[in-house]
Amino acid sequence: MHARADATDTAPNWPDDIFATLQRFDVRQVPYVPDAGHSKLIERVLGSSTMRGIPLTTEEEGVALLAGAWAGGQRGVLLMQSSGVGNCINMLSLIPILRFPFLTLVTMRGEWGEFNPWQVPMGSTTQGVFELSGVQVLRASSAPEVPAVLEAAASQAYNALTPTAVLLSQRLIGAKVFTK
Amino acid sequence: MSKANLLDRRQVVSTLLANRKDVVAIGGLGASTNDMCAAGDHARNFYLWGGMGGAAMIGLGLALAQPKLPVLVITGDGEMLMGLGSFATIGLQKPANLSIVVLDNEAYGETGGQTSHTSAAADLVGVAKACGIADSRSVTTMAEVEAFARAVHDVSAGPRFVNVKIDNASLERILPTRDGTYIVNRIRGDLGFQPI
Repeated sequence: MHARADATDTAPNWPDDIFATLQRFDVRQVPYVPDAGHSKLIERVLGSSTMRGIPLTTEEEGVALLAGAWAGGQRGVLLMQSSGVGNCINMLSLIPILRFPFLTLVTMRGEWGEFNPWQVPMGSTTQGVFELSGVQVLRASSAPEVPAVLEAAASQAYNALTPTAVLLSQRLIGAKVFTK
Repeated sequence: MSKANLLDRRQVVSTLLANRKDVVAIGGLGASTNDMCAAGDHARNFYLWGGMGGAAMIGLGLALAQPKLPVLVITGDGEMLMGLGSFATIGLQKPANLSIVVLDNEAYGETGGQTSHTSAAADLVGVAKACGIADSRSVTTMAEVEAFARAVHDVSAGPRFVNVKIDNASLERILPTRDGTYIVNRIRGDLGFQPI
């Protein structure tokens, strides 16, 4: 198993802050493709009585799922890693066409101390891909700024129907280290 | 070219929707969405003009949000092949109120009739079953279509999937509205949701 090196020995609290914000905004469907950086949040979601965690085979499924959820009256959020953003591109066209609230939380790879060169091309274009696709990008680079960034993102996504991606930077998550 | 037991797509879809009651229906990109419109426009019709491969997942999101409502996805073989992984995602969630119909003409009808993978190799029923959608079957008669149309209303026994082999006749296009925001808000309104 590969572990991420955290800045501290204890588990980070920022995933709890994210969970609390999502709960407050009445988010009900949480489609995801797993990432180590999302593991604590995914655990919280799967243990929740109000949210449904929905594992996907590919990230674009989550975009379509959120459109259906909204037609049925529910809000959702898509959790993925930066490499999954490329898998979503055509499906992102549903967002302006159907005009449903879109919020995605993206754990970044391919930046800040990245070890694996294969992560760099998609990690470097993640923000550009979103912006070209009409999704506004906010970024959180340190744990203290997570609550305010999440609050702003959820607020503009759900209240103003502004498609929004929050990039959770590799600096926040901790660069992945490969242990022998 | 003609094979036995190929059903007429318009007849299949109008039978599926004839006694629809509270069904929310999603039509996949291509002729399926037109077939749904040909059967009669309805406030609970979710017509897709894009997002190829997404019809079944839109159905899943709707089905999970509205577990007491029957949700019916009607799409084509090409559209389903592009979202094959959604069978696995649906097989895991097992929404009891979700039904999926593939109108399988073994071809990409909208782009010139090029043959699809189902013409020679891909078995969608086998895929669906192997992904955990136990009630998956191939349908060859209108009597079976009628039985499936009734089963759709049982929101406690899904998910279910049928593959219907249809003929590849080119039919008059009956085009639904292309305004996606209108389509979604009309469904939401009919379900009792207010605009934001």
